[in-house]
This record gives sequence, C-alpha cells and structure tokens, in this order.
Amino acid sequence: MIKLRVNGVAQRFNGDPQTPLLWYLRDALGLTGTKYGCGVGLCGACTVHQNGNAIRACITPVANLDGADITTIEGLGKDGIHVVQKAWMEHDVPQCGYCQPGQIMSAAALLASNSKPSDDDIDRSMSGNICRCGTYQRIRTAIKAAAEELA
Amino acid sequence: MNRVENVSRRSLLKGFAGMGGLVLGMQITPESLMSATAKSGSHASSRFKPNIWLALQKNGDLTIVTHRSEMGTGCRTSLPMIVADEMEADWKRVAIEQAIGDEKYGSQNTDGSRSVRNFYQTMRVAGASARQMLEAAAAKRWGVSAEECTAKNHFIVHESGKKLGFGELAEIAADLPIPPQEKLTFKEKKDWRYVGTAMPMTDLEDIVTGKAKFGLDVELEGMKYASIERCPVVGGKVISFDPTDALTVTGVDEVVEIPAAKPPFRYQALGGVAVIGSSTWAVLQGREKLRIKWDRGENVIYNSDTYRTQLEATAGKPGVVVREEGDVDKVFASDAKTHEAAYYTPHLAHAAMEPLAATARAKEDTCELWAPTQNPQAARDEAANALGLDKKKVICNVTLLGGGFGRKSKPDYCAEAAILSRKLGNLPVRVVWTREDDMRHGYYHACAALNLKAAVDENGSPTAWRQRTVFPTIGWIFGDTSNRGSAGELGQGFSDLAFSVPNLRVEVGKTKTHVRVGWLRSVANIYHAFAVHSFADELAHLAGRDPLEYMLELIGKERHVDMSKVEYPNYDQPLEIYPIDTGRLAKTLTLAATKIGWGRKLPKGRGLGLAVHRSFLTYVASAVEVEVTKAGKLTIPRIEMAVDCGLYVNRDRVISQMEGAAVFGTGLAMMGEITAREGAIVEGNFMDHLIPRINEAPIQTNVHIIENSAPPAGVGEPGVPPVPPALTNAIFAATGKRVRELPLSKVDLGWS
Ligand code: FES
Ligand code: FES
Repeated sequence: MIKLRVNGVAQRFNGDPQTPLLWYLRDALGLTGTKYGCGVGLCGACTVHQNGNAIRACITPVANLDGADITTIEGLGKDGIHVVQKAWMEHDVPQCGYCQPGQIMSAAALLASNSKPSDDDIDRSMSGNICRCGTYQRIRTAIKAAAEELA
Repeated sequence: MNRVENVSRRSLLKGFAGMGGLVLGMQITPESLMSATAKSGSHASSRFKPNIWLALQKNGDLTIVTHRSEMGTGCRTSLPMIVADEMEADWKRVAIEQAIGDEKYGSQNTDGSRSVRNFYQTMRVAGASARQMLEAAAAKRWGVSAEECTAKNHFIVHESGKKLGFGELAEIAADLPIPPQEKLTFKEKKDWRYVGTAMPMTDLEDIVTGKAKFGLDVELEGMKYASIERCPVVGGKVISFDPTDALTVTGVDEVVEIPAAKPPFRYQALGGVAVIGSSTWAVLQGREKLRIKWDRGENVIYNSDTYRTQLEATAGKPGVVVREEGDVDKVFASDAKTHEAAYYTPHLAHAAMEPLAATARAKEDTCELWAPTQNPQAARDEAANALGLDKKKVICNVTLLGGGFGRKSKPDYCAEAAILSRKLGNLPVRVVWTREDDMRHGYYHACAALNLKAAVDENGSPTAWRQRTVFPTIGWIFGDTSNRGSAGELGQGFSDLAFSVPNLRVEVGKTKTHVRVGWLRSVANIYHAFAVHSFADELAHLAGRDPLEYMLELIGKERHVDMSKVEYPNYDQPLEIYPIDTGRLAKTLTLAATKIGWGRKLPKGRGLGLAVHRSFLTYVASAVEVEVTKAGKLTIPRIEMAVDCGLYVNRDRVISQMEGAAVFGTGLAMMGEITAREGAIVEGNFMDHLIPRINEAPIQTNVHIIENSAPPAGVGEPGVPPVPPALTNAIFAATGKRVRELPLSKVDLGWS
C-alpha cells in the first residue's frame, strides 16, 4: 500500500505500483485536469507538483510516491485562483487549452523558486512543455506579469 | 435562406424544456443547396425542422447554442458574440451550449477556416429576430408601437425612458410570430457592441483551472477503456493474434478484433486488435503483450526516399495543364534568360496536443458518441455505417478539442469506439490513442515536389512562368483514382497564382497515394506557397533587385485576377463576392514589410524575408527576421504578420491565430517531417517528430489587422502559408543559402 496526499487529501493506493501517477490521477481519482500528451516525459502536459517541484506524472510510478505531497492543477489555487492562473486569464493565453494545465504547473513551480525569472530562466523551465497551438509568446508575458504581481 | 421559428411552446426541446421563456429555432439550408436556392428563389425544403439557437429565460439568462467545434480558434466564443451583439444582449448574461451533431445546423465540419465566414449572417438573423420580438413584446405590454421601443443591453427601452428587462419580456415574446426576414433590421456598425472587440474565450477559466472537458476526459458510468494495435501499414490486416499474455495483465478484460477497413478508406476504423480493460494503464500494458501476425498489404512498397525521387522526376516532366495564359514554350524556346528551381516538402503530422480519443455507448438500435471532433455529422455517419444503423439513431456529443488542425475532421476513432461498444455487448467504452498511435495512424499532410521555371527580361522581370506540382492527393481516401491533385488542392495557392505574368502555365503531375493523406491546417497552400514565394525571391535576387519592390511588381496593378478559364472552387465561395484582389495582397505585403523595417542594413548572419499569400479568402503577409550563426544555428527574433480577413468578430482571437500560425509555420519549416519506411510511419513521439518549444519558437510575433469591411473570410489557417517562405527568404538574405527543401533541420545553414 502506498500512502500519499493529493491536493491535501490523503489517498491510499493498492494497485500496480508501476502505474504512472498520470493514470492514477485521471482514471482512479477523476482529476482529469492533468493531461496526457506523450506518455514519455517529452511534452509536459502531465506536469504536477511533488512537494512543490514540477514533475511529469506520466513517467512517475506511484511506487515512488510513498509519503509524497502531490498538487495538481485542480489544487493549485488553494484559496481561489492562483496568480499564475490569473495572469493566464488576463493575457488570454490559451488557444485549445489542452497543454495549459501543464504549462501553468511548470510556471508556478518556476516562480516559487525564482521570483524574477529572466528569459533564459523561462526558456529553461518551460522548454519541457509543448504547446502545439503556439501560445509561447503569451506564456512568457503571463509569467512575467505573474512575477510582477508576486513581487 | 435561413428560417427562424419560435419554438418556445414546444416540448421537444431537450435541455430547454420547461423554462417558460423565449426559444428560437432556425433551419439552415444545406450549403450545397444554397446557391441553387438563391438562384431559383425557391425554398430548398418545405419541411421545417428547426434546431435551437437561443433560449431566453424569465430571469434573463440567455443560452446561445454554438454548433461548431472549439479547437482553439475561438469560434465557440465568436459565433455567440455575433448573436448577442445583434440581439443587444448583455454578454455577462450569456451561457454557451454546445450543439450535438445534426445536419439541421448546416455543415458543422469545423475546417476550412469558415465558421465565421459561413455563419456570420445566420447568427445575425437569429439575434435580430430575437431583438425585434422582444421589442414587439414590450410594445404589446405597454400598448405602444414597436417603433417606439429599442433594445439596449438586455433591456427594452421606451422613448419615454421606461424600460423592461429581456427576461421580463421572454414569456410575451414566446407567443409572438417570428418577424419575416424582409422586415428584419440589422444594427449599424457604429452600434456594434461586441463584434470587432477582443473578447476572452468562453472556456478560459475552465481551461486554466483544469475543469475544461476534452475528449480524453469523458467518463461514463461503467465505462471500459480500450487501446488498439493497428496494422503499421494502411490496408493491412490481421492474419492471426494471440491474446493469452495480454489477458494475464490485471485489469485487462478482453481482447477483440476489429475487422480491417477496405478501400476507399474514408473515415473507416482502420481495424486491428483491441485490448479492453478497467483502466488506461491496464490496457496499455496488455497491448504490449499482444502477439499479432499481420498481412501488411500492398502499401508496403511505400518508402519516403524512393517516393521522393519519383515525385521529383515527375515534377521535372510536363504534366496536366490546369491553367494557361499566353505561350510559355515560345518564350522558353527564344534566347531569353531563364531560371529553374526544384522544391521539396515532406509529409507532416497534425500532432494535436490531445491525441485522438472517443467514447461510445451503443444500445440495441442506437449509439451515442462523445468525441473531440471537428466533424460530428461525419462521426455519426461513420458510426452508423459501422453498426449498420440509421444515422438518425446515432447521437454525437462534441467535447472541447485539444487541438484539431484537420485531423479531428476524420472520425475513424469515433467509429472504433462505436464498434467496440457494440462488441462488448453495448458497454460504454473509451478508445484512447497513444501519442504513437496518433503519429503513426494519421491522415498526413501530402509531401510534394515542385518545379518552377521562368524566363526574364533585361530587368529581370518574368516574361514567362511555368510551375508544376506533384503530390499524393487527398481524393485517394475517398476513392478518387485519377492519381492527381484535385481542383480544390490546386486552387490552394497554385492555380490561383496572383502574379501578373504575360505567359503562364500551371501543371500538375500524377502520382499514386500509399498512406492516408488528409488536410492539415492550410493544406496544399503550405507547399505551394513555399515554392512560389521562394521562387519569386530567387528571381528578385537574380535580377539584383529589392525583393519587396520585385514582389509588388509581380503582384502588379490593382485588379481582380481573371479565373474564368480555370477550374477554381475559390474555397466554395463566388469570385464576385470574394475575388482574388491584388490590391489587398499588395497592401498586406507593404504593411508587413514596413513593420519589420524593410530595407534596414544588417550584418551578415542576420536577414529579413517576405512573403504574402491569399488562402481561405484571407490575405496574410509575413515579414521574418532571422539570425543564423556561422555554425548554422537559427533564431527568429521577430515576425510581423499583417492580415486582411475582411470583417472579423473577435479581435483577440484573430491575433492569437496569427501568433499561433507563426509558430506552426516556422515549426514545420524548421523541423516538421513524417517519413514512411515499408509503408509504416517511422516517427512515433516527440523525440523524432519535433514540435517547436518555447526556446525555439519565434521570440516576438506582432500582428497587424487591416480594417476592411469586405465580407468575413477566416483566420484559422491562412496565417500559416506565408511563414515558411518568408523564413527561408530571410535565411537567404542572412547567409546567401537558398533553401529549397524542408525541414531546415536537414539543411546545413552554416556560413563563413
Ligand atoms: S504526457 Fe507526460 S510529458 Fe507528455
Ligand atoms: S493551447 Fe493548444 S496545445 Fe497549447
């Protein structure tokens, strides 16, 4: 049995320990905000936080998460909407929206560790997240706006 | 052509029943009948079968139904904006409801950049009808004439100043007749409240909070998951399979075969072996353990490298002439100076961020689907065919789409879900495509070889221009055996060449198709624009002239290009309403060039490039600035996109589509390629099929909209075609290297 917390709620997992966190979140817990895009850690659509750090849920087996504290897009704004989500809305970032939960989780993790990211910092932290619709320019703008808001 | 009906008092309104407000339905004449109807003046159908377009409740809440699919273009917001504006409704009171697939809505195939183009007028009629009914309702209530009553932001205001809310009038309006079309009045442009503004997308908050429901998020009571192993080669079939090991995986329930599709493939389920179980992970594990023997069929002969050689050889020989003006041969036979160039572009995959997924629940003699589909009516057809049902017995619910780009117009995945649900004794089932499935079982953008030749005068201006294109046609999947591009494909940036050249010939060569080829964002315009606008730039440089000045000369004097001798569909619109307007081309090009600071002196390794292209009735010019290091590393600091799409609805979504097109266009040019080996697609995931990332995409894209009262055109696709040639033209300016094949990842851009 694996015990972990997801968005502050204690969970016990009894299934195949090799199950990627992504499918556990989506199929068992019904947290479908975390997306599947590649399954091999190359697109970032499945990004969630483990103890505050961005991880790819599709390549993280639940076996590795005993005692872990997981936050998904659904739990990001603990008291309403998170500054990053707010910035995303103010800059109308999404097009189809599918990649955006992952983008937002990566951006939130970046800002939590770096309150004033440079363009290079943004490139480094966000280059694991693909957006096929091509919203990168607005993602960059929104991250900077969120950083200002946090300052 | 669009009939509105008051259906407030009918009980048939699923989801709207018992609201006790005003409900308007409308029937749309099928597009195919539209021109015939307009000409004959008769009505296409005497039976009136309305669908719901808007419903106003007594509390003032307004529901607007949107019948086109949302895949990121914003049409789920822009179409309701038109209704709300014309109705004088308060956008804050509007809720959006997604329509199911139903032919009564007219075409719902959300492709061809035509949601606003084809439905602008329909939406206005719905809104204006509701507004006038509410004005009439207020007049009745007050005992005054309707002329004294005006709708204003969810109220009807009387001349005297008294007013009533829309909601308070809904019940009275529900008993009033629909105003006849000839009595409808439309708001003047100066009074538009929403059309032309920047409106946040309807689903914005749901998207950023993870609540938005895409196709992969559909969850039904008792639902099973399915993952399908399909034959690597189109047209192949299962000889035998052994499910034993797959069935040992915990959570796997069943392994079932889906019969192979037979040509023409259309949107049929490809067939294969499906693993069914109680979680995604279980069925993916089970699938790894399947043992299948395939008969790979006749398309195993397909290899991208040899096919390319054949295409190029064909492009080097005369083809079928599809447009001819003057006599190019005579000029080429003279001692005029000539220039010839050959171009090649590869297959591409849509690679929408959400891989394909569909959920179905079959019953005895019905089937219900939930799918991220651009084309819900085709999904119904395909599911009905697969199950042997009348299509009326199939319902297709449309979820949000995690990108589409044309792939999700082709509902093979919906048919799979329907077939599996039936095979499982009518259990609900969701078919999940992996990224690899999505990449390897696509409907690929055609690869293409092109050959262009021009003769030039002493100024370097062309006196004769011959262009030839060869590509596997989309028609093949529908049974077309001509082995050549259709008028529609050729009309995408090739037979519609807008350059002013005295002698012109456009040809197409023949080639067989061996994979499912399908339309991808801007379709044949991609390779045609790449070759044509690269060649124009080549000629400018050969002549030692400024490319902007040269391109403007090629576009020539302001005119409507004469297409009377060409089989040219013009994106299914009449040329009288949507001509090929060279004035708009020139203006768009000039604007983009001005914005990039055309003519600036730049050091070697930096350069500017231009291209302007009309597609989907919209004019877009790209001006690209590049930096190329000596080692050949490319960066794109800035792109200026100028767009003239006629009337537009949501300003911000026009801008976002152009920003996205800049990434899509540079991305496909830099790294997009799908290859086949022995009939199977080689690339499988984002390690071998690359999509630009934030550190590779253009750093800054600025969008400039030309205000124009021309009829609405479309913006989903036309931003893409000018981008690749503008990029490679900029690379030439920076390095002196002429790129004639894509992707750039295969070309050494280094210079010294
Ligand atoms: S789905 Fe996890 S990185 Fe792509
Ligand atoms: S918004 Fe569509 S993939 Fe990013």
